[in-house]
Amino acid sequence: MDFELTEEQKMVRRTVREFAEKEIAPRAKDYDEREELPWELIKKLFEQGIMGSMIPVEYGGSELDSVSQTIAVEEVARACASTAMTLSIHSSLCSYAILKFGSEEQKEKYLPRLAKDTVAAFSLTEAEAGSDPSGIKTTAKMDGDEYVLNGTKIFVTNGEDAGLIILFARTDTGDPRRALTAFLVEKDTPGLRVGKKERKLGVRAASLTELILENCRVPKENVLGGVGEGYKVALASLDSGRIGIAAQAIGIAQASLEASIKHSKERVQFGSPIAGFQAIQWMIADMATEIEAARLLTYKAAYLRGRGVRFTLEASMAKLYASEVAMKAARNAVQIFGGYGLTRDYPVERFFRDAKCTEIYEGTSEIQRMVIANQLLR
Amino acid sequence: MHFIVCVKQVPSVEKVRMDPETGRILREETPFMMNPEDRNALEAALRLKEDNGGLITAVSMGPPQAEETLREAVAMGADRAVLISDPALAGSDAFVTSKVLARAALKLAPFDLVICGSRSADGEAGMVGIQLAEELNLPQVTWALELKVREGVITAKRKIDGGYEIVEALLPAVVTVIGEANKPRYPTMRRIVEACKRPVERLELSDLGLQPEEVGLRGSPTRIERVFRLERRRKGVILRKPAEEAAREVASIILRELAKE
Repeated sequence: MDFELTEEQKMVRRTVREFAEKEIAPRAKDYDEREELPWELIKKLFEQGIMGSMIPVEYGGSELDSVSQTIAVEEVARACASTAMTLSIHSSLCSYAILKFGSEEQKEKYLPRLAKDTVAAFSLTEAEAGSDPSGIKTTAKMDGDEYVLNGTKIFVTNGEDAGLIILFARTDTGDPRRALTAFLVEKDTPGLRVGKKERKLGVRAASLTELILENCRVPKENVLGGVGEGYKVALASLDSGRIGIAAQAIGIAQASLEASIKHSKERVQFGSPIAGFQAIQWMIADMATEIEAARLLTYKAAYLRGRGVRFTLEASMAKLYASEVAMKAARNAVQIFGGYGLTRDYPVERFFRDAKCTEIYEGTSEIQRMVIANQLLR
Repeated sequence: MHFIVCVKQVPSVEKVRMDPETGRILREETPFMMNPEDRNALEAALRLKEDNGGLITAVSMGPPQAEETLREAVAMGADRAVLISDPALAGSDAFVTSKVLARAALKLAPFDLVICGSRSADGEAGMVGIQLAEELNLPQVTWALELKVREGVITAKRKIDGGYEIVEALLPAVVTVIGEANKPRYPTMRRIVEACKRPVERLELSDLGLQPEEVGLRGSPTRIERVFRLERRRKGVILRKPAEEAAREVASIILRELAKE
């Protein structure tokens, strides 16, 4: 048992922290208000090898160890949760899915692009299917060497920016457990277009869109993980994605804590900095304790992922706990800032809005509890 | 070409934790980093290498944990990292440091250029680069902003009060670089992974032909009597008078201030 980070993990933290403090944090408010991630920033994240952190060197990635990748997402989120969202979906979810389920040809074709300049998206949700994918209505019908996809997907993170989408559609085989198939769909495929862009509560700069498929023809080589294996691909990929969301939540929580400490030492009421009052001290003590616990849970899940063993339980625990810790930390940060916390002049209202989102996407807290209970009670 | 870049591990300036009793830095609680201007020096070397080809060796004198900073130098793009570490070196001042670095440079010779940050964020003496050139008996260019190398000559734009000047020196030479010179690159994730796998070479005192009594606290002529906060009280005075009259008054102000000292 060793709680010490390796030299690589420490250097990744130092480097990504400095990059995020200098290149992202000063503009995070602006990204949030414009509800748009600038490509200039995404390009830098590619150049630094942060977007390609999950991808092996042989495919042009930086092949960070699993905990280092998690630290990278956490440090980006400490500056801007939206940027971390785009990064987490791209790496922890999509790059992982292709690595785990892709054929050698698919890896050779897509991973170098995901390491270099192409953002990825993951499209499972539909109007009548979210936590329960069995409601998916989008169909994929075989026609010659291609599948013809029809339907409307919603709530696709990175929907506007992605060049490659892992998209789930119904390929009925008769067996309800094998009704779904994952497809690698390129953005410029005829018949695919971006529909409505959502205006959200938080993580506003990461796009969230509809994707509309009208006779969108995808070659059969682009089936990811086998026909009828969609459930398995989705669930296993989301296990990894949840580590990314947990890391994002920790970043938001850490930023909330740091802002709270700074403000409570500066803000004077009743003749003393409010940090001198026990009411504030307890909030800060709880925040720090819970963040540390969330971090340890998350690093453990990441460590298990790196070892290549099953981590469904740990990833769900990490995602559940870290997102709820982030929400509480951000709520207390707003409380500590008082009236200022309600204004957009301070970042804590953004942390509060961003934190709420982490309790919902990639499996709500309720779904995480279901996953955890299922793992324990089966 | 062979570029030697001297780097120092310093405490992160804004995050230094001091023991309130002894006034010493609490090493355990203080994060350390590469001295900011040394990063500018390394960036300058990386750009020269991009233009001219060659090899960059990062050298540091420090305790074993300074390896971290050298790995960071490799992650930024240095080809080789050398740590001079020896218990006898503890307490060395700028004079001894430059002597040790000079010996290390000779050990790593041949080289074309030694590049240093102009000063460290902790000591702020700004002496090491200058004394290093003296020790090596080489031409030196200080406070450099831009560097170009061509046919055995380095051309540098250097900052001076109120402007800049362009100077040339024959190689090999020693250059010190200031923070305004460039924006150091961030190490890429890939280079971090690679740097962590590479060994940092070690040199000890005996490798440099130095005796313990020549270095460390004993070998250092500098004695720090006390450390205090410098209070600067400046006031601007504008004289709205004919030039000759104003000049007279300026002269008398100077004389008056000198008389006070």
